[in-house]
Amino acid sequence: MKTLFDKIWDKHLVEEIDDQTQVISIDRHYIHEVTSPQAFNSLNEKGVAVMRPDLTTATADHNVPTQDQDKAIKNELSRIQLETLKKNCDQHGIELYGLGHENNGIVHVIGPELGLTQPGMIIVCGDSHTSTHGAFGTVAFGIGTSQVAQVLASQSVLTAKPKTLLIQVDGELNQYITSKDLILHIISRLGTGFGAGYFIEFAGSTIANMSMESRMTVCNMSIEMGARGGLIAADAVTYEYLKTKKFSQGVSLQQCEEMKSDGIEAFDKVVKFNAHDVRPTVTFGTNPGMGIGIEDQIVTQDNDTFTKSLEYMGLTDRLKLEGLPIQHVFIGSCTNGRFEDFEAVAAVIKGNKKAAHVRALLVPGSNAVLKQIKSAGLKEVFESAGFEIRQPGCSACLAMNGDSIPAGEYCVSTSNRNFEGRQGAGARTILASPITAAFAAINGKITNPN
Amino acid sequence: MEKVTIIRSSVVPVLLDDIDTDQIIPARFLKATSREGFGENLFRDWRFNDSGESEIKFPLNDKKWSGEILLAGENFGCGSSREHAAWAIKDYGFKAVISSHFADIFKGNALNNGLLPIELSKAFIEDIKEEVLLNPETKLEINLEQQEVILRVSGEREKFVISPYNSGNSDVD
Repeated sequence: MKTLFDKIWDKHLVEEIDDQTQVISIDRHYIHEVTSPQAFNSLNEKGVAVMRPDLTTATADHNVPTQDQDKAIKNELSRIQLETLKKNCDQHGIELYGLGHENNGIVHVIGPELGLTQPGMIIVCGDSHTSTHGAFGTVAFGIGTSQVAQVLASQSVLTAKPKTLLIQVDGELNQYITSKDLILHIISRLGTGFGAGYFIEFAGSTIANMSMESRMTVCNMSIEMGARGGLIAADAVTYEYLKTKKFSQGVSLQQCEEMKSDGIEAFDKVVKFNAHDVRPTVTFGTNPGMGIGIEDQIVTQDNDTFTKSLEYMGLTDRLKLEGLPIQHVFIGSCTNGRFEDFEAVAAVIKGNKKAAHVRALLVPGSNAVLKQIKSAGLKEVFESAGFEIRQPGCSACLAMNGDSIPAGEYCVSTSNRNFEGRQGAGARTILASPITAAFAAINGKITNPN
Repeated sequence: MEKVTIIRSSVVPVLLDDIDTDQIIPARFLKATSREGFGENLFRDWRFNDSGESEIKFPLNDKKWSGEILLAGENFGCGSSREHAAWAIKDYGFKAVISSHFADIFKGNALNNGLLPIELSKAFIEDIKEEVLLNPETKLEINLEQQEVILRVSGEREKFVISPYNSGNSDVD
């Protein structure tokens, strides 16, 4: 008996060196400006060529401005980093969807959107949220820069084979509950280290009923449980998504439906959840496992890590998040920066205005998403509600590009990490779904959508 | 890359759990295109306050603590895949990090840079912690050939596992 993960992995196994080290061939390698320059340096110093430029796709996303992308980049280091990416891609014949290109956007948004991510593949990228691509029945995981160099040079990677964990979710999600609430709920129950050493498969009726966008949100955050990645078996929903995309025209329904896990017994570990138990979920602390239902009380723990976290968040005297005044809302990122997310936000805010003291920033995951927003008439909805809509990029998810949250202020964010300083030094991040974030923007405080 | 066999050193304890790579090296310092110089900003926002002054209570700023071994709480290196985290720790001068478990990507990144991620039991880490807090000059010995850590004051020891293939191989060769 084999899991879907094992089947894909074994097909790509080149060599088993020892029980901690295997060589795995790679079908698609995504690269971006932040984790690739030092890898190219390694190649260039040794005079090594990129083995399969045709299987390598580059984008600029982590460090790009989200305004005036047609103008020169003001920050010198950022400009040099983007120029270095272009130079390296030109030198090695790699397709680059740079700033302003119609295919530009966050690497984990554009890969699926272009149909480059396909069932049965092994995909890597120097970014931990590469797990996003697992939504397509793909083994996808983040790697470090030394491994980026390995993949550029050999189209294979040296890594340990993880064990397998099945997370089965059944039942219907309640009204206003999104796949983001589900994954925040799961991580809050299991903790940030539960998945260490494992690759997750998400299955069950709840997952089967989700759109591809929602599935991507779930797989995206697998890494926040410490897992190498998370995947979902491809099916007819996957096929329907891929059949209209640029590079996946050749993918058949049969190809989408043929690869499945053999049964629950094939997994090293199994956890089950009931979708009815999931409520609008937000985080209160400084790691994604510190989540609660909006109406719940924080259960305090007597240890230094927990105390430091609550102090950082300014929540030592307040054990409930509902009603907490907030100053910023950020909607975007590889977790929730797709058209479906902006549609959900628009449905909530239509006819309303953001609270006067709130700054609401919407950053589409790609130029294609921005185009969809415009053609669906949502830009007007956002603007008349007082939301600021930007050009694509990772933006305030990691605040590398200057889109940051001031120290001490609260931001309800649809991104994936609430680490200290993640959205700017001293910034206080509350992770939430796009719907919860939209309600927070209108009311100026954490609000239960129900 | 320099081959490491034995490290004998006192330790610097940063005894928090879930230390993520954003703490180790914040994203705003990832704009460089070379591997050098990241040590300067290791634990930047814990080492320095908003005005850029040293936080004297943070162990890296406290003269009481020195050494080539960083002792941390559990789940060290979680979060982003940025190899800059391993570069920063190495560049600062550490040769090994001890935790009860490491995030997978960080562990790989550390090994690819000759920084040893040493996984020990919580019980042994607790013993090391007690000794070290009692006497900051307490020495540990990490023996890579024997795959063993020895608390030199008591002789207490524990095995760890690092694949010999992974400790010291260059990435592209």
